[in-house]
This record gives sequence, structure tokens and C-alpha cells, in this order.
Amino acid sequence: MTPGGWIVLVISVGSVTSLFLWCLWLVFTAPEEPERLHGFDTHTPDEKK
Amino acid sequence: MTRGIGHERWNSRLGVILAVAGSAVGLGNFLRFPGQAAQYGGGAFMVAYFISLLLIGLPICWAEWTMGRHAGSRGYNSSPGVFHVFIKAGWGKYLGVIGVIIPVVIYMYYVVIEAWCLGYAVNFITGRIHFANATEAGDFFARFIGASENGLAVGFRFDQVGDYLLVVFVLNFFLIYRGVAKGIEWFCRFAMPALFVLALVILIRVLTLGTPDPSLPENNVNNGLGFMWNPEKVLVERQEAGTWTKVREVLGGPSIQEAEAAAVADPALRVRTVTIWEQLMKPQLWLAAAGQIFFSLSVGFGVILTYSSYLSRKDDVVLSGLAATSANEFCEVGLGGLITLPASVAFLGVSGIAGMSTFALGFNVLPLVFAKMPLGWVFGAVFFFLLFLAAITSSLSMLQPGIAFLEESLKIERKQSVTILGFITAVGTAFVVYFSKDLKALDTLDFWVGTFLIFILATIQIVVFAWVFGVRRGLEEASQGAVFRIPDFFVPVMKFVCPVFLIGIFILWVLVNVFGISFTGGGSEISGYVKDLFVTPHPVAWMSVALVAIFGAFVTLLVARASAYQNKPADTEETKS
Repeated sequence: MTPGGWIVLVISVGSVTSLFLWCLWLVFTAPEEPERLHGFDTHTPDEKK
Repeated sequence: MTRGIGHERWNSRLGVILAVAGSAVGLGNFLRFPGQAAQYGGGAFMVAYFISLLLIGLPICWAEWTMGRHAGSRGYNSSPGVFHVFIKAGWGKYLGVIGVIIPVVIYMYYVVIEAWCLGYAVNFITGRIHFANATEAGDFFARFIGASENGLAVGFRFDQVGDYLLVVFVLNFFLIYRGVAKGIEWFCRFAMPALFVLALVILIRVLTLGTPDPSLPENNVNNGLGFMWNPEKVLVERQEAGTWTKVREVLGGPSIQEAEAAAVADPALRVRTVTIWEQLMKPQLWLAAAGQIFFSLSVGFGVILTYSSYLSRKDDVVLSGLAATSANEFCEVGLGGLITLPASVAFLGVSGIAGMSTFALGFNVLPLVFAKMPLGWVFGAVFFFLLFLAAITSSLSMLQPGIAFLEESLKIERKQSVTILGFITAVGTAFVVYFSKDLKALDTLDFWVGTFLIFILATIQIVVFAWVFGVRRGLEEASQGAVFRIPDFFVPVMKFVCPVFLIGIFILWVLVNVFGISFTGGGSEISGYVKDLFVTPHPVAWMSVALVAIFGAFVTLLVARASAYQNKPADTEETKS
């Protein structure tokens, strides 16, 4: 691989990895709607509410 | 307002992100992307790829998330419902018909490919795959998919697709029956992390391959990475009838010196370096890069519209959309870009994989590569199980728009909707798997529905969002509950650049793939897909189109008669531009 290839690889892989990690950090640290933090819904789709 | 199962909701932000990322991450990330990037020049392709991500991928993605949540808060979960909310005129809902046709029809053939992946994983782990050469790998694949004769793939032996198809078909509908949170979200919470771990295992294995055969020093991982990522290509060209045509690409100092020596000895040969700028001037490169972004992110499928309709107004569509996009890009560029081609070049060399189609790369080349690798039966099984996970998280997302539409239009519950959609897709899948000769049915459906209709739906979506709903209003709507706002940079992008770029790429796609116009010289020839319908009519191609037309008519009829679409939601006035 040429030096140019390494540059393209590092910039491409580095940018998408950084973006992904930044998004993950925001997802895990940003507050979420409290009423949704209750685990999985116990109702099946066919049950009338 | 609650219609059908309109009360369904995702259980967590992470869950919906994993589900949308699972929808986007598919075979294309690991097979199509590396092939396209290598073919169009590595670095040059990546420039066009990231520009397309910024100008097409993210804008349409955010528009879809916002439109879906907006319609979902008014009780609509299907594509016709979304357009019914956004377009004041009565015909608006009919635009959404395409958003039901696309995912359901794609599911009909995608589940077959999913079964191939599971079949290869099982055949690897049970030690049935130990190819010695490309012919054996090709023969196995042709037999497995029934490429030589219609009906050959239908069977229940290990080397036929029947068992695996049955398993994946039932698994898909079992998860869909359990619902958005208990089925799709629950499954993606396990499948997506597992997919990342498996991909990292394969990545480490590939990057430590070195030079597997010392007698062929040019076949190594470094050259494989170069084949994928080098911004400049070194080509050996031959002069024929006054024009220079590409013979092969060469990589690595010794190979280039050898080629230069051959060119000195033979005046009809030359070694030429193609620069990044020269490659960026080719329209096909832009078409390939934009197309890859487009299909990779699953924008224009109608899937995100439905998935995001299960969010509440307080849910963050901006961060969720960006997170799902970034997860897909990480899988595609960060994992797919470092696995497939380096492994293939390390064992088979550049000449062994040049010009391979996505299927050939995935099901002919890679099985041969794993067969040659120490502990290849384990890594082969892991890789194809990884592809299977990527495929099933995508196929699940293709069913939900159909389920949502049936429940919304017929006011039925999950058992009935699963039964009806199960019957429709079973007929379609049986059609695809039976008419397997030359993959004619699969190929025809993929071209007209999986490509052509997607361009149309994506264009409609961005125009409705930017021009009917209004960009400023759309961005204001998107910012509800968002951790950060969509930058103002995207106002002109969504309003002008994205539609123009999209329409331009679509026109280019039609010129190249329908009318067969070549931008590199060599005249033009009408595409085989058009010939199959109008020049030398092929019965299977026509039956494929008829299948789509019949299903489209069924959906249109339901849209026309459904009471859910007779009256506008109470706050429709707000949605006028």
C-alpha cells in the first residue's frame, strides 16, 4: 500500500469510527424520556389496551 | 388516535438505533462496498462517497426520521399514512404505495440470500466446504442456488437452500409477530453487538494473515489494503486499434517493476498511473458512490418512515438518525473495508478477484479464501453467520412496513396481518427460489424494485419534506426532543442540493443502466433488463414484473378503500406549507 493509501485509510476509518464513538457517547450520556426506562413492554401486539 | 397497533412503541433509544442500524447494515456493507471502492479507485471513491453521505444520505435519513415520527404521533405507521398526513391533496396517500411495495418485494428475494448465508455458515461448521480451486467454489454455489435450471434450489439437502429458507422465513415472522419492542428491538439488542464482535474477530484474523503463501509474495494483506485504499491506480494497458485498454492493475514495487520491464519489451503495452483527479472526473464513480450511500443507509426503502413512527414526540430523531448512520458507516468503512478485499488478495491475488460481482465475491471468492485458511472452517462459519445476522436484521425491517400497512388499512391485529403478509411473501419467495436459473427472477426484482423504485421514493420523500412541509418547519419539527439541532448548513442542502443531486444521479443511472450509455466510449446498448421485457421478452422477467404489479394493485386498492385514509388528521392544517 502506498503512503497515499494509508492516508485515505486512516482518514476514512478514523472519521467513521470517531463519529460512531461520539454518537455512542451521546446516546449513553444524554438523558432519556424517563417513562420509557421501564424495560420491555409485557403486552403483546394483539392485546387490547 | 390509535389505529391497529398504533400504540406500539420502542422501549429505548438504544433499541431503536440498533434496529435502524440493523436495517441498514447488510450484505452490501461487507461485500458490495469493498468491491465498488476498489473498482472506482479507493481514495477517489471515498471522496465521492463522503460527499454523497453529506448531500444525500444524511439529509434523506433525517427527513425520513422526522416525517415518520410526525405521522406516528398522529396515529399512522405506514408509508401511505405518512404521505396522507403530509400531503393535503387526496392523491397524496397513493404516493405511499411505493413505500409498501419496495420493502415487501425486496423481502421476497432478500430472505433467499439470507438463507444462502445461513446455509454457507452451516456447511462450513459441519466441514462440508473445503474447496481446492475457484471451479469447485463456483460449482457449489451454482448448485446451492440452482443457477443452472429452474427448481434445482428447491430441496432439503445440506447443499440445497430449502431447509435454510424455511428456518429464516419462520424466524423472521416469529420475531415480527412478537412486535416492534419484543420482537425486532429485542432481537437487534443481541444481534447487533454479536455482529460487531464477530466482525472484529474476522478483522483481526484477516489483518494478521501476512503473506499466506511465501512462493507468491505479491499476494499479501498489504497489497490487499492497497487494492482497496490506494488513491492512485497503476494500470497495465494494451494498445488495440489505436486505443489503450486496461489489462490489469498492478500493486507493490516488484510487480510494478516487472510490468514496466514488460512494457519496455512490448511497445503495445504501457504502465500508466491513474490519478485521483482523473478518477473523480468520471461520472460512473459518482454514480457508484452515491448509489452505495443510498442503498447502504436504507434510505428511500420506506423502512425508516415506519420505524420512526413508533417514536414519541419527545424522542430524539436527530441523534438517533446520526447514530444509526454512523453505526452503518463504521460497519461498512471500518470493518467491511478492511476485511473482504485484503483477505481475498492475500490468498488469490488481485487478478483472482478483479471485476467480481457482489455475489461472486461473497459466495465464490470468500468461501475459497476461508477454505485455504488455517481453521478456515471456523472463520468461514463465523463470517457467514455474521452475514446472516446482518441480513436478518435487515429483512425484519422489510416486513414491518407491510405489517403496519395491513393493520392500519384493514384495522386488523397482529395474527391476521402476519398471516396475510406471510402468505403474500411466501408466494413471492417461492417464485424467486423456484425460478432460480441465472437468478433471473431475483435479478429482475432487484433492478426494478430494489433500485429503480427506491430512487423514485427517495426523491418523493425529500421533495415532500423540503417543499411541501417546508425545510425550516421540518428542521424545527426534527429539533423536538433533540440533544442537538440539525445544522443550518442543511437548509439549502435539503431544499436544493439534495433533490437536484438525487435527480441528477437518477438520470445518470437511467442513462447507464437502462439505456446502456457508456461514458468511457464504446457506444451504447440497451440494458438486458429492458431487453428482457421489450426486445426479447423473457417469461420469468415478465412474471416478476407481473408479481410486482399485482401486489401494487392490491396495495392501491386497500389504500383507496381504507377508512384510515378517508379523513385528514385533525391537525392537518398545520402541515400545510
